[in-house]
Amino acid sequence: MAEALLKVYRGDEKTGKLVDYKIPVEAGMVVLDAVHYIQGYYSPDLAVRWNCKAAKCGSCSAEVNGKPSLMCKTRLDDFDLSQPIEVRPIKTFPLIKDLVTDVSWNYEVNKTIAPFKPKTENTDEWKVYQEDVDRVQEFRKCIECFLCQDVCHVLRNHDKKDLVNKKDLFAGPRFMVRLAGLEMHPMDVANRIPYIKNEAGVGYCNITKCCTEVCPEEIHITDNAIIPLKERVVDEYYDPILKMWRAITGKS
Amino acid sequence: MANLNEKLETHECDVIVIGAGGAGLRAAIEAAERGQKVAVVCKSLLGKAHTVMAEGGIAAAMGNVDPADNWQTHFKDTVKGAKYMNHWRMAQLHAQEAPDRIRELERWGAVFDRTPDGKILQRPFGGHTYRRLCHVGDRTGLEIIRTLQDKVVHTPGVEVFMECTISHLLKDGDRVCGALGYWRENGSFVLFKAKAIVLATGGIGKSFKITSNSWEYTGDGHVLAYDAGAELIDMEFVQFHPTGMVWPPGVAGLLVTEAVRGEGGILTNSQGERFMSKYDPERMELSTRDIVAKSIYQEVKEGRGSPHGGVFLDISHRGAEYIKKKLPSMYHQFKELADVDITKGPMEVGPTVHYVMGGVKVDPETCQSNVPGLFAAGEVAGGMHGANRLGGNSLSDLLVFGRRAGLGASDYVKGLSNQPKVDDTDVEKAIQEMLAPLDRSEGETPYEVHRDLQRVMQTEVGIVRTEEDLKKALTDLKEIQARAEKVKADGLRQYNPGWHLAKDIKTMAKVSEAIARCALQREESRGGHTRLDFPEYSNHWSKHNSIIRKESDGSMTVSTAPLPEMPPELKKLFEEEKH
Ligand SMILES: Cc1cc2nc3c(=O)[nH]c(=O)nc-3n(C[C@H](O)[C@H](O)[C@H](O)COP(=O)(O)OP(=O)(O)OC[C@H]3O[C@@H](n4cnc5c(N)ncnc54)[C@H](O)[C@@H]3O)c2cc1C
Ligand code: SF4
Ligand code: SF4
Ligand code: FES
Repeated sequence: MAEALLKVYRGDEKTGKLVDYKIPVEAGMVVLDAVHYIQGYYSPDLAVRWNCKAAKCGSCSAEVNGKPSLMCKTRLDDFDLSQPIEVRPIKTFPLIKDLVTDVSWNYEVNKTIAPFKPKTENTDEWKVYQEDVDRVQEFRKCIECFLCQDVCHVLRNHDKKDLVNKKDLFAGPRFMVRLAGLEMHPMDVANRIPYIKNEAGVGYCNITKCCTEVCPEEIHITDNAIIPLKERVVDEYYDPILKMWRAITGKS
Repeated sequence: MANLNEKLETHECDVIVIGAGGAGLRAAIEAAERGQKVAVVCKSLLGKAHTVMAEGGIAAAMGNVDPADNWQTHFKDTVKGAKYMNHWRMAQLHAQEAPDRIRELERWGAVFDRTPDGKILQRPFGGHTYRRLCHVGDRTGLEIIRTLQDKVVHTPGVEVFMECTISHLLKDGDRVCGALGYWRENGSFVLFKAKAIVLATGGIGKSFKITSNSWEYTGDGHVLAYDAGAELIDMEFVQFHPTGMVWPPGVAGLLVTEAVRGEGGILTNSQGERFMSKYDPERMELSTRDIVAKSIYQEVKEGRGSPHGGVFLDISHRGAEYIKKKLPSMYHQFKELADVDITKGPMEVGPTVHYVMGGVKVDPETCQSNVPGLFAAGEVAGGMHGANRLGGNSLSDLLVFGRRAGLGASDYVKGLSNQPKVDDTDVEKAIQEMLAPLDRSEGETPYEVHRDLQRVMQTEVGIVRTEEDLKKALTDLKEIQARAEKVKADGLRQYNPGWHLAKDIKTMAKVSEAIARCALQREESRGGHTRLDFPEYSNHWSKHNSIIRKESDGSMTVSTAPLPEMPPELKKLFEEEKH
């Protein structure tokens, strides 16, 4: 039977190292299977998150050979098995143990976003057409894997994550997607433009598109979410005529 | 033991909701909106509960696509699908209230697929007379959990404790008074003092080898309730979903949504025969899950299976564009994990353990168990789906009964005249039990015991059962229970899955025993329970539910209770049809 050599990061914030594990390879095996094999036969205390094993829940994010990936979707036979496969935790968030990081920052950011506010409290079913929700549905596909947060250099290298002082904060691509989903919802009337400009710091994004490249849901994060949000901010803050028009007519 | 002197982190609330899937989140919203202080506790991160994985849709008689649909028809379909084994009142409330729960979701921001005239679109599904499943492509559960999650975050009075596992419920006399848990991150213990508890912990699939369920499905809520003195009902009814992946090995059991058949998928055997015409010529692929699963089992057993021991499911005739729009995650799942392009050729599928119909016996109106202050909703509760659940009826169940459990718990708290008290010695005992595997110097790893447990359940309490196998299973389970008491957990308390599993295998072994005992008792075949030695319906068993109870000496007993009788006006619905 074919074998793979996995080098898996073991340790916590303070100390840690890559540990070698030899895994028998079955057809169609994914990295998460290999990690489970390690738990089952070598190291029962190896920490890892997972739930669905089908790329639906966004739990099993890690960096496989340096690439932010879902382990349940990354096949071993996509690699040259004569070389070791390196599995590390995602880097942008503080490490808890082994492959598990503290992603609670994301949940805190989410809380600061104004929730959906419907046009009407009418309890009848609404009339909303498919073509009006296609865009929003793309954003709502997000499985909160936070791979885009991991790869975005604004968070990864510049650490714009100060939620306490809310200074120089960047909410990150995941929450640009969420904001776009709310802003473009045909029945929503909340105004989040000042938030997007100030607290969420949309200006920090310089459209490198790295987030879009890693998104397992293939959401066009940059083109469909961030750029339109940037445009809305520009319209709101720098286009006085449009602004006045909006003040008279209501939203957009 | 030093750790007992650790200062125990303690939280006080009115209602603790254990579980953050659809049922738990809906319960929390309801209780909080009625003025209760609510703690929601879940094992995974928020938004990762099983509900997120639901694909096909949520059933509600909205009549958007087929205006003839109404709650009476949904009720009848549910009862027939359940083989007349469910609590009629639960099925009635469910059918009546589901449409309101969907409209409510929409007002909270959910975005369902639409009909050409701007209404919520509905698709056909097995056992449903009309096109009834509201959906969002094949990621309906994601839409629902995200909507509820965002609602919860902005509901005052709710606090969420994620990656925290509840290990014990605590009682003051007859009634509940709180729960003990541990933080997965650092292994330290946390006490919740509460006046009422809502269990919304989901299912039991991890006791089996081939399952669509995640690591969370270890039957925690079933066993927490049982240990607290609550009755479990109909535990023999385990749903084998007919279509799980069978190849490659790593993904065996992974779900292939019924929406594939809902959208026109065709099942064939190795001889190219559309075999459902032999088993249910009228409904064909859209027959109920129990029947389709057994038909596939039969085909494979008689040598007409696919190369990897399943059958073929083909949707490619619908065309690539349609498939990618309506079943995008199935398309990706097969493409990426099995190298199969489902727009071009068939998938290989076979039965997989998917759902448990049995669960905590509850009052239909309030969802309270027989233990005062202990409520249950969602998959962990029993009675709603009888012997077989229809696809799409779980998501609607979560919302209807999640809301009712939140309401029931809130009313219960308001009616309490004094606050129940936690007994410190109960807490200490629980902590000692939890720490024992870490303190042992030798023993098997919990993974070993888990593998054996899964093998026993898969082969001896599987899709087709016999007295002989079930008796053997009970003996084997005894041995596994003994081994589970002696496992050793390596490492420290910090995020240690092996240690967590050490507790979970005890829970799984207990819930497995409940399943095996009920299965041995029910000498007939019905829905999710098939006995080779009793292949027919039995008149006696058609009037009885199975009951599991913990006796005062700690042993598990199985007995029966008469099936609640449907009132005449509902019975009439079934008679009218015959004319
Ligand atoms: C792949 C798949 C597809 C499905 N598709 C559909 C579908 O299309 N339509 C449909 O109607 N149904 C479907 N189902 C069934 C349905 O999704 C589930 O039955 C339903 O989501 C269960 O919801 P729940 O709220 O009861 O539990 P879950 O959503 O599973 O939530 C359980 C919660 O309890 C928590 N928990 C468990 N134990 C503990 C503990 N000890 N301490 C703390 N927290 C705990 C978990 O962390 C989790 O938050 C599907 C199921 C699967 C597996
Ligand atoms: S496009 Fe913007 S959000 Fe995405 S990675 Fe680049 S800087 Fe970050
Ligand atoms: S936008 Fe994509 S990459 Fe980012 S969290 Fe969502 S699914 Fe993951
Ligand atoms: S386990 Fe759910 S995305 Fe990988």
